[in-house]
Amino acid sequence: MTSRRPLPPLARGVLKGDRRALARLMSLVENRDAEAGPALAALYPHAGKARVIGITGPLGVGKSSLISGLLAHLRGQGLKVGIVAVDPSSPFSGGSVLGDRIRLDRAPGDQGVFIRSMASRGHAGGIAATTREVVRLLDAFGMDVVIVETVGSGQVDVEIRDVASTSLVVLVPHLGDEVQSLKAGLFEIADVFCVNKSDLPGADGAARYLSEMVALGTDRDGWRPRVVSASAKLPQGIPELWEALAAHETFLDAKGLRAASERCRLGRELVGLVGERVGETLAERLDRDPRVNRLLTELQTRTTDPRAAAEKLYRSFRPES
Amino acid sequence: MVRAKKATPIRVLIAKPGLDGHDRGAKVVARALRDAGMEVIYAGLRQTPDEIVEAAIEEDVDLVGLSCLSGAHMALFPRVLRLLKLRKVKNVPVFAGGIIPDEDARRLKRIGVRAVFGPGTSLDTIVTTARQIARRRA
Repeated sequence: MTSRRPLPPLARGVLKGDRRALARLMSLVENRDAEAGPALAALYPHAGKARVIGITGPLGVGKSSLISGLLAHLRGQGLKVGIVAVDPSSPFSGGSVLGDRIRLDRAPGDQGVFIRSMASRGHAGGIAATTREVVRLLDAFGMDVVIVETVGSGQVDVEIRDVASTSLVVLVPHLGDEVQSLKAGLFEIADVFCVNKSDLPGADGAARYLSEMVALGTDRDGWRPRVVSASAKLPQGIPELWEALAAHETFLDAKGLRAASERCRLGRELVGLVGERVGETLAERLDRDPRVNRLLTELQTRTTDPRAAAEKLYRSFRPES
Repeated sequence: MVRAKKATPIRVLIAKPGLDGHDRGAKVVARALRDAGMEVIYAGLRQTPDEIVEAAIEEDVDLVGLSCLSGAHMALFPRVLRLLKLRKVKNVPVFAGGIIPDEDARRLKRIGVRAVFGPGTSLDTIVTTARQIARRRA
């Protein structure tokens, strides 16, 4: 069906390697412009080939600097690399300073690299709501590897696993004792750990804690997270880091797990997209619903409670079908 | 009910071409534009004109701000403008800041720099001007 239709001009541009068309389409996607829809649909069949590597970890651990090292390494192997770097938006002004680019070194005029900064635009979880689609555009553009850098993450920012087939969690020495590494959340999504700033004292200890924690756990589908020490500054350990990330990708293929893991991610994306639409529709209807004001008054006068009020509204919104 | 109305933020590239290491002005401006609700891609120090233009393309910015305090602005800024044209980046205005003599400011404006901000310019002026000259999205 889609193949019969003429390609939207921006989609055609992306497939022809037009960097401005790619950038333009990314903006439309970010701005949730309706014009992006047909182009995304036309490009979807062309995506799915790139290896998508997610890089997360607290702020200041050196995610961007490590990516800069990985970028040089991957370009050295002749691989084309897309990078999507997410930084937080202000909850007050909506503005943002996107400062990851500053650390990403590339050879002058190298067209085998495309770097795009994204603001989180109010989305929690470590990435922007549209990061997945921006990654897909780089994939369709023909990048062999797409690296996604999350905002500086907290313990619950694990959404990167919905985008990437391999997730790297970057840490540094002295972030906490071994109990921290037992906690749920961020540490659970790592396929690979990197202790960056390995030139600093305490790095060996941090790597040891992590290795012990990994050894205590059970394997996920037969994969045991690797722990790599590196220093983006020296630089040191960058080839080893890539080797560990690539090993997980190879593992997914060797065990026939890639399709299943993609299916999981697509499932979450689908549920998310439907949820988004339902949420918007709901918000629009509540906006116009005169009962909301009444219920708000009842809540303030303590004649009803939030759960009961929500239940009342929810029941009236049950799907018509 | 209160629903957030989503406006499309203006995307601005702030960069310092050349070897000048004085980036406080660029940082102050980046911060002010952020607080005005813009998405500021901060490319920082020691950028070549090629890198700046590549960043403007990849980031699909609506505005480019160049800062230079070393006196090399007449060598660097026109190169950025030329490269933007060469790479067919249209409708993306450039503004400039730094230690730029009036005569140079006039010459820069003649070749297409939309605004030149010298020392003492208020942040309000910069923000207001940035809003006025930024490319409008279709």
